[in-house]
Amino acid sequence: MSEHIVPVRVYVTIFLVLLVGTALTVAAAFVDFPGPLNTIVAMTIAVTKATFVVLYFMHVRYSSRLVWVIVASALFWMAILFALTFSDYLTRGWLSVGY
Amino acid sequence: MDATTPDIHGHRALQHHFENMEQQREAGTLGMWVFLVTELMFFGGMFLAYTLYRAKYPAAFASASNHLDITLGALNTAVLILSSFTMAMAVYFTQVGKQRFQVICLLLTLLLGLTFLGVKAKEYHDKYNDALIPGQLIPGRSFGPEVAHEGDHDPHKVHLIEGATLRQVELFYWIYFAMTGMHALHMIIGAGLLTFLLIFSLKGRFDPEYHSPVEVIGLYWHFVDIIWIFLFPLLYLLGRHLEHG
Repeated sequence: MSEHIVPVRVYVTIFLVLLVGTALTVAAAFVDFPGPLNTIVAMTIAVTKATFVVLYFMHVRYSSRLVWVIVASALFWMAILFALTFSDYLTRGWLSVGY
Repeated sequence: MDATTPDIHGHRALQHHFENMEQQREAGTLGMWVFLVTELMFFGGMFLAYTLYRAKYPAAFASASNHLDITLGALNTAVLILSSFTMAMAVYFTQVGKQRFQVICLLLTLLLGLTFLGVKAKEYHDKYNDALIPGQLIPGRSFGPEVAHEGDHDPHKVHLIEGATLRQVELFYWIYFAMTGMHALHMIIGAGLLTFLLIFSLKGRFDPEYHSPVEVIGLYWHFVDIIWIFLFPLLYLLGRHLEHG
């Protein structure tokens, strides 16, 4: 058995962190931050929560390099999807062409 | 490995094309991760649609988002996180060979998953009552919520923020039902998979050497949890502040 067994204490800690994260994100939603800061705060909390789930509940922290590469590839393709689409949508109207 | 050579890693669940249980488990986990990447691509398209239209119609997204029930959304988030925890514990108890706790954790996970779906059904029903199901999805009950006027705080009416139109609010609800509906479908499939795990767990099929199904379905369950971790703030919470970005 070379499989890593994550101790119960780690699972409990992550569970509590996730609950606190949920409470924080709800609390933050009722505060009016300036500009786009509400979105940034909410997404930072969500990404943090997701990272904890992936690393500990899904055991990626203890998994092989190959699993790391696959997880990274997911983020990479998502980045392409968003970057290429928004390079179009966000730049519309920058150039005035005659039509 | 032919039958005459005894294998120290031999296990009744070992398939002939794998060297040993560890290799078999690694291959299964890897395959599940590849599947989850394709799942992320699938949901990614919807997250992209959400982001685009939210940038285009911030006032309408804020108006529509404010109509969603934050309490129920937050409750469901907590339920799902707890179910992820019990799922992780089910994997743990399988790894250490405690079958009884494994069964209990799987059962709890299934029940929490069903609780989530129950709350979701209540939310959908509320939206049905307020005529917020987009288009003509429900025959004879097309999209057409009542619009609240200045000073009217009826929670069943849509409060349009300046610059928002009902057509744009309807677009939000298309995206809302597509995303939460797809998520709920994944939960239903997950509940089916958990039922299967539970039956095999009761039969004592899983042990510290062989538990790939528990591990792999666990990965799927956590993935569905992660999708909700993003859906909750994006759909329920962010609308409150969209007027200024």
